[in-house]
Amino acid sequence: MTLPPFEHAVRDHGAVVHRVCAAIVGVHDADDAWSETFLAALKAYPTIRPDSDLRAWLVTIAHRKAIDGYRARKRAPVPTESVPDRVAAEDVAPDRDDTLAAALRALPDKQRVAVACRYLADMAYRDIADLLGSNEAAARRSAADGIAALRRVYLTDSIEET
Amino acid sequence: MTDRDLIAALPTSDPATLTRLRDGLADRAAAEGLLDVAYRTVDSPVGTLLLAATPLGLTRVAYEREGHDAVLSRLAEQVSPRVLHAPARLDGAARELDEYFAGRRRVFDLPLDMRLAHGFRRTVLTHLRDIAYGSTESYAAVAAAAGSPAAVRAVGTACANNPLPVVVPCHRVIRSDGSSGQYLGGPEAKRQLLSLERAGILA
Repeated sequence: MTLPPFEHAVRDHGAVVHRVCAAIVGVHDADDAWSETFLAALKAYPTIRPDSDLRAWLVTIAHRKAIDGYRARKRAPVPTESVPDRVAAEDVAPDRDDTLAAALRALPDKQRVAVACRYLADMAYRDIADLLGSNEAAARRSAADGIAALRRVYLTDSIEET
Repeated sequence: MTDRDLIAALPTSDPATLTRLRDGLADRAAAEGLLDVAYRTVDSPVGTLLLAATPLGLTRVAYEREGHDAVLSRLAEQVSPRVLHAPARLDGAARELDEYFAGRRRVFDLPLDMRLAHGFRRTVLTHLRDIAYGSTESYAAVAAAAGSPAAVRAVGTACANNPLPVVVPCHRVIRSDGSSGQYLGGPEAKRQLLSLERAGILA
């Protein structure tokens, strides 16, 4: 078994990794996070095991790059109010839901990352636990708490609108 | 609404953004010395051709019938898995092929990386580059020129496995009876190239 051409990894996982980046660092910084992730992945690619789960590996790099980005910028979390504006400015696909994106951004770090890894990238809780530096039960709980919080915000908002 | 439906309502990534990011990745990979194999495709009268280059030069030209995905997978295995769609490195090769198919070029002036051909096959391919545009040689004559007159069959194998068809002109090797014989791009492609070149030297 040998590694597929890196282009296939980009083709197969590029979109998912971009969504995960947007979920973790926000739409505004997602492009930079994606570029740093794939460049770092390309560098390390020849050394990984051919049977590696490429998507989980890429998401793990993206998460590390997101943390590096935060540290480099030494900035406070982006205020929730500003996120919808930035989403609008980026000309994203028409099915966007600013309320939901804003709610995701407002989650505590572990919950946000767990939700992104589980529901955007379909990662196993075992891999999410490795990425978060915790255990499988804690990863499962973070994802469940995060999704419950999103559901509360999102459904409440929908009811108010109707 | 399931959890998955809820997340599905999150913004999706814009395809144009992803295309721009992929192009940017190829540029940065090249700048940082990480682009071990760059590839692109070109349209031609003998079908879509895949072109691949290492930093040393053009290393692979592949016909559609070879299966472009399969060819890329073999490059990942034989050269490096750092393979990216990166047209810039192949601009020169694409231009010269265009000129060749338009009848405006007889000799390719491109750096070649012959790492995919070894031993006697490499010797044969090196000799093929001396067969002039518009002329042909028999498999037997090529075997003799390569220093092994008895190795006629091995010459056929070398041509059938030519990693750089068109540019290294294995199509100029024909049977002793004058019929064009087999070709890795298909017999019809071989006839097309030979007739293109015949027209080229008459022009």
